[in-house]
Amino acid sequence: MSKLTAAIVGPGNIGTDLMYKLLRSDVIEPRWMIGVDPSSEGLKLAAEKGLESSHEGVDWLLKQDEMPDLIFEATSAYVHREYAPRYEEAGIRAIDLTPAAIGPAVIPPVNGETHVDAMNVNMITCGGQATIPMVAAVSRVAPVSYAEIVASVSSMSAGPGTRANIDEFTRTTSSGVREIGGATEGKAIIILNPAEPPMIMRDTIFCAADPDADRDAIIASVFAMEKAVQEYVPGYRLLQEPQLDDPSPATRGALKVSIFVEVEGAGDFLPPYAGNLDIMTAAATQVGQNIARSILAPSGG
Amino acid sequence: MSTDLNTLTRTWHGTHGTEPWGELDLRLTDTCLRDGSHHKRHQFTATEVHDIVEALDSSGIPVIEVTHGDGLGGSSFNYGFSRTPEQELIRIAAETAKRAKIAFLMLPGVGTKDDIRAAQDNGGQICRIATHCTEADTSIQHFGLARELGLETVGFLMMSHTQPPEVLAKQARIMVDAGCQCVYVVDSAGALIMEQTADRVSAVVAEIGDVADVGFHGHENLALGVANTVAAARAGATQIDGSVRRFGAGAGNTPLEAFIGVCDKLGWRTGVDFLQIVDASEDVIKPAMPEECELNRMTLMMGYAGVYSSFLKHAGNAADRYGVSGAKILLEAGRRKLIGGQEDQLIDIALMLKAEQDKQVANA
Repeated sequence: MSKLTAAIVGPGNIGTDLMYKLLRSDVIEPRWMIGVDPSSEGLKLAAEKGLESSHEGVDWLLKQDEMPDLIFEATSAYVHREYAPRYEEAGIRAIDLTPAAIGPAVIPPVNGETHVDAMNVNMITCGGQATIPMVAAVSRVAPVSYAEIVASVSSMSAGPGTRANIDEFTRTTSSGVREIGGATEGKAIIILNPAEPPMIMRDTIFCAADPDADRDAIIASVFAMEKAVQEYVPGYRLLQEPQLDDPSPATRGALKVSIFVEVEGAGDFLPPYAGNLDIMTAAATQVGQNIARSILAPSGG
Repeated sequence: MSTDLNTLTRTWHGTHGTEPWGELDLRLTDTCLRDGSHHKRHQFTATEVHDIVEALDSSGIPVIEVTHGDGLGGSSFNYGFSRTPEQELIRIAAETAKRAKIAFLMLPGVGTKDDIRAAQDNGGQICRIATHCTEADTSIQHFGLARELGLETVGFLMMSHTQPPEVLAKQARIMVDAGCQCVYVVDSAGALIMEQTADRVSAVVAEIGDVADVGFHGHENLALGVANTVAAARAGATQIDGSVRRFGAGAGNTPLEAFIGVCDKLGWRTGVDFLQIVDASEDVIKPAMPEECELNRMTLMMGYAGVYSSFLKHAGNAADRYGVSGAKILLEAGRRKLIGGQEDQLIDIALMLKAEQDKQVANA
């Protein structure tokens, strides 16, 4: 099978980690790494791995004779908002790893195949990738009036983009909890913990489910979702059995479902504690490959 | 006691001017309607907030903080749902106070800029932004907005006991560069001992004292709230937090009425009438408290192990739910180096302790 070509824009932690994953893909060939800082470590690493590296930004890329089929954007929401229209003009499909949320959001095990034709798809946030599958796992078997996620990540793994735009994280994640997770109301909380040695990413998902919901069905659905995420993030695991609390005033009358997960990264670029980066880049790779397969597949007429 | 010790090297000369409190050496903020929200499990009623603000305001407290314990947007499964929406409580407080300014707290990652705008619309005048004491750069966008909106700004470096003075000074600089007008050394775990408090406040004063105020926020988990606060004032802190009757998280905050009495004796002007605030403590604050804030097995453990004070009720809930020791939950939270906001992890710890317990029973 031939491959689609890809450029990674943003040679930071996420972009570099993504490069390692794309290098293993059988349907995508990462050919360019684009940054704006000549001293960038990520650009150097990319050049060593045989990618064409440039610190002259997207303007340089868009002037080349040959253009990529796919762009993976790993800069910031602000940068992506500025450049997204130009990618589309040039006919390049964009997989957006910033919280810009221009295109439809994709969570591989929930709606991974739905938007393979979109010119721009959004990966929400690391916390969203780690938690929304579980919200969806509950909401596919029981109505969820409210879901809340708490993402704890190591300070070391939260780059300058996340820090400067922490509101974008909460806003984008909570809308994903609603729109893809299937909760009527959504809330997101993020904590950066500086502990040494760095903590592995942990996420807690609380759902207010219908009091009469089938409890066994909820638990089975959560375990099934763990397996589905593990297919592309092997270090994704439930820390505990899902906890069910009977309806009470403290749960605002709902059946409270609490789900605790840990995300250990594959250690491609940053060490395994940075599961937040890993789940983001692994999900983006999945989504990119789904798009590539839909384009490369011989049409059945 | 020598007069030298009683003379403060730095005194408050902030945005209030001299009216209506007269000249102040220290500017006090009462936090019972925010930090006390933890102790109250976020169940304040509109009437309680009205009555407490009225009593504090008339005794001369210049700043009153009102918000969910975990700041704007804190009402949640993770931290506990508010009985009355916090924005409504802020509005009631602002309508009730005749002289005091109403402050509100927000934590980046929990609340958002929209919450800050709403709090200002409801009459909040001082925006207090809290981060863990190594994560100040997550507050930059919020300080920027608060200043743009014309709000007075305060920065909170939470869990200050975990970092040495020079780290806190650098973090304080990040907040001030972003628009923060006063940085607080916050002893969230009630774990600091006087000299450690003074060293931290001094380092922050040395770094930002020429352009901003420095404050101190204490907890009572090792019964050092007032002592630490006196040490902080002597080291140059001019804005001071406390809660009347300790009404705060853990074993509570620095008892503000006691600190006011101490200030009277030392000749430090706070603008608060001691007899009136003592009356308020007995007649208004006490009836609103579910129980007194006390030193006990759980709260002592927090100061001892350096655990975030608002974990108290959540650790208690998890201990009850799973039949394990609350004190052990807190010790494990300290060992895991959990920080403010990670209340969810207390449930995970309780489940781990329960599994260990069940295993021991099975082996016995």
